[in-house]
Amino acid sequence: MTAIQDTARRISLAWTPAHTTAAIVLLAVAFGFLPFVKMGLVVNGVFLGAIIALGAVGLTLIYGILNFANIAHGDSMTMGAYIALFFVGYLLPKLGIESSGLGPFSFGYPLLIAIPIAVAVVAAGTIILDVAIYRRLRERGVNAVVLAMASLGLAIAIRGLVQIIWTGETQRYPRESRQVFHLPMDVRIPPDAIFIAIVTIILIVGVYIVLTHTKIGKAMRATADNPDLALVSGIDTRRVIWWTWAIGAVLAATAGIMLAVFQAQLLPSMGWKFLIPLFAAVTLGGIGNPYGALVGAFLIGVTSEISTQWINPSYKPAVAFAIMIGMLLIRPRGIFGGPRN
Amino acid sequence: MELTGILSYMVGFAIMAGIYSVFALGLNVHWGVTGLFNIGIAGFFTLGAYTTALLTTQPPDPALFEDFKFGGNWSETWFLDLGIDLWFFLGMGAAAAVCGIVALVIGYVTLRLRDDYLAISTLGIAETVRLFFLNEKWVANGSKGLYRIPAFLGDLVDPAHYDYLYIVVVLAVLLVLYLAVDRAVKSPWGRVLRAVREDEVAAQASGKDVFKFKLQAFVLGAVIMGIGGALFAHHFRFLAPLTFDPLLATFVIWAMLMVGGSGNNLGAILGAFIVWGIWSGTQFLPGIFADPSLRLFMIGALIVGVILLRPGGILGEERRQAAQSPDSAPAADA
Repeated sequence: MTAIQDTARRISLAWTPAHTTAAIVLLAVAFGFLPFVKMGLVVNGVFLGAIIALGAVGLTLIYGILNFANIAHGDSMTMGAYIALFFVGYLLPKLGIESSGLGPFSFGYPLLIAIPIAVAVVAAGTIILDVAIYRRLRERGVNAVVLAMASLGLAIAIRGLVQIIWTGETQRYPRESRQVFHLPMDVRIPPDAIFIAIVTIILIVGVYIVLTHTKIGKAMRATADNPDLALVSGIDTRRVIWWTWAIGAVLAATAGIMLAVFQAQLLPSMGWKFLIPLFAAVTLGGIGNPYGALVGAFLIGVTSEISTQWINPSYKPAVAFAIMIGMLLIRPRGIFGGPRN
Repeated sequence: MELTGILSYMVGFAIMAGIYSVFALGLNVHWGVTGLFNIGIAGFFTLGAYTTALLTTQPPDPALFEDFKFGGNWSETWFLDLGIDLWFFLGMGAAAAVCGIVALVIGYVTLRLRDDYLAISTLGIAETVRLFFLNEKWVANGSKGLYRIPAFLGDLVDPAHYDYLYIVVVLAVLLVLYLAVDRAVKSPWGRVLRAVREDEVAAQASGKDVFKFKLQAFVLGAVIMGIGGALFAHHFRFLAPLTFDPLLATFVIWAMLMVGGSGNNLGAILGAFIVWGIWSGTQFLPGIFADPSLRLFMIGALIVGVILLRPGGILGEERRQAAQSPDSAPAADA
């Protein structure tokens, strides 16, 4: 009985009255708090939320369709950021393509070349790992936790690989320091944040279109709903799984690069440390729900940023974790979750 | 001289391997027996170690530590002046209790939900504990850490040879824990845990309160990890948040259990000795082979490799046939 209900509505894209109610409640709460918080922190939180959203939407799709918690998702982000570093910091300068400080941004146009290549490499790598590892385990019919366990092993191995190639030291993309935009109410926006917002919007809209308007997107949703039914209706589940990995990897690798730009540094542990806000966002939104992950990401981003007004900023991951535990206590299926958790 | 050098190295190695065996034993209760996915062992490791260190360490010197106000001194207050040798046991008990309580809270929130929530929550707890000890300087001196954690029975032997005494302590604790866990796991209670791991719905259908059993197993494993943390604190005698890197405090322990044999208590101990042997042995290799990053990669690859090629590890889970053991008669079932 539980098994059947568990698989039902894993990825739901229909906008229901429950969504509207939840959205109204959230907005009301948010506006209630607004007079007490610094506007600058809210704006920072929105940008942090954009990066979390890129990671969390992919994570929730993998969760919904492959049915396990992909612990290696954070390290896919790390990998994406470092592969981009390989291009902008090493290969492209060797070819004479070297520049930083494009327009108002800190980075140069080489990063715009590096992003699609790094993203493609990570996506290809993820599909290879699926064929080499996850598919074998799936065919063996293992428990979902064993898949998560394998992803933990992969996360460790990927981080080791990053450290072997690029050392554990802090690294940077070639950058120029740039003036931040000053807005009223003490809001300061670094130009790079605008770039991050634009990239996030493009990718999220892209994923939405893929999920709602393409055949593969519909197949993905059908598979998430009921894998066996999808298989007998002639859906090529193998292709669906590859697409899921690819979309997840594209979003994760981009999130990693954006995080490296936002923090102006790269560290091998950056993705692993990002797992807590990612999973908090996924849990908040309800597992397998891309809308939910999106809303959860901004909630986590803004709340953890606002919390720095009162508590030590280094507690941000702990704040994200506390919100997640609170959500699990009150409503484990998440804000927008389906009938069951 | 050469020989004593090797001997003392071996003893130092065996102490660490013994302490890791305790953690592997705890993880075996979580994962091997019950199938609970704990990726925040470091959290319990840190909590256990800090609890005993704070209870037994000398009071902080105000001249040396400006921020550090709490901690220490408990073993010298008038009504608790039992001396460090008794406080060693109290500290260990407190470490076990603190870990047990944290596990109870986390388990209560997450164990009713799908399996992965526990993993994410343990990850969160590990990071929260680390941030707490890093930022709250008044509790445990922040990133500078705690020094001069006292040695158990330290007055008995020359400090230079103290390891020869402590190895006995570690092995004795390990033996007691092994016997206790082995008995628990082979009891009707342990059989229910394995049933929960294999098929939760079936266990529920046969009238077992799955949530209760999972919670008990989670707390038991965490208590064992707390004891491991206490053993570590009194061996290393210095603690800082950096000591508990997820690599050395979580990942390595996972590799140990997977290699030795998930579900087998002896396997957990065997795995701890083998993996710690590889870990500390490779540092003598030349060039890139001694690179810690390579070891990190190997630990990850080892976990994936074991899952793919030999899911049972070296020893694998013991297969016990119902007819051969008297305690598995249906009437004795929990």
